Amino acid sequence: MPIESWLIYTLGIMLLGSIVALEIRDILSAIIAIGIVGLAVSAAFLFLQAPDLAIVQFLFEIFALVILVRAFIGKKAHADTLSIHKVYAFLVALALVAFFFLFTPVFRSLPPFGEPLLTTSSHYLTHGPQETGAANIVASIVLDYRAYDTMGEVTVLFTAILGALTVLRMSRQTQKGREPK
Amino acid sequence: MKDSHGMTPIVKTVTRVSVWLILLYGCYIILHGHLTPGGGFAGGVVIALAFLNVMLAYGKSFTAEWLNIRLLKDIEAASITLFLVLGLLGIAFGNAFLANFLGKGEMFSLFSSGTIPLFNIIIGIKVALSLFLVVWVLADIDSAKGGDL
Repeated sequence: MPIESWLIYTLGIMLLGSIVALEIRDILSAIIAIGIVGLAVSAAFLFLQAPDLAIVQFLFEIFALVILVRAFIGKKAHADTLSIHKVYAFLVALALVAFFFLFTPVFRSLPPFGEPLLTTSSHYLTHGPQETGAANIVASIVLDYRAYDTMGEVTVLFTAILGALTVLRMSRQTQKGREPK
Repeated sequence: MKDSHGMTPIVKTVTRVSVWLILLYGCYIILHGHLTPGGGFAGGVVIALAFLNVMLAYGKSFTAEWLNIRLLKDIEAASITLFLVLGLLGIAFGNAFLANFLGKGEMFSLFSSGTIPLFNIIIGIKVALSLFLVVWVLADIDSAKGGDL
């Protein structure tokens, strides 16, 4: 079976998971449905032969699930009942379907998946192991050819954590200030 | 379930063994990042999950005794400086920022591909500590509001 059909199956699972996560009442079930979506993304990366991404996605999904479960379990979630008129919903669905069919010629004219290899990536693929000595081509790109990008990512992570720590510390201090009164 | 008590003895006993295996696996993924799929980010998340495992099973006060949180915060802030220093060493020895100035070595061996494993280790430390510290601070907020964890 070609990869595309496997991807369509995983996409279907993702769609189902997100619909369940949106519609279900129980908060724990909704979180687990979000987890299904994340794990399906991980499986999709595996089908696309990107094990590095699949591992990171899988682990991060577990991490996010643990945080979500700890944050929301035992708390009362107020469910907003969003009432949309059925005519509007039908119109929106119709517009989306029309949009999709308008773009079918574009989908037809797309080249096959990963077919025209860019000159940069073909250089990485052919010369990467000799130039960097790394057996894992992803590591050689992320940490050698594109190390500058990685530095930016680490900086973003550092700044994000710094911001989160600062904001949370501020809110904790205001809570402590309120307590004695 | 109170702060100091943690979970049941079954969970605690399993955690006592599993934490070291998870830590070992994380170190393996980080150190073999240039040979097999994975690398600094994936291994860092594994190590953060190991710390999280201890925190969930044993509670916060035990984890605060087990780990030196202040030291972890310092290491987390220092790791990005280490990344920059390694990049600047590339200017000194390899004519470009972040240049791979160490020897390439033999392919498929653990000590190969120059600075790539070093960057992997730094990123692993960074990701592991920052993710764990975020959970740590979030749990603080939670307990300040009267929740457990």
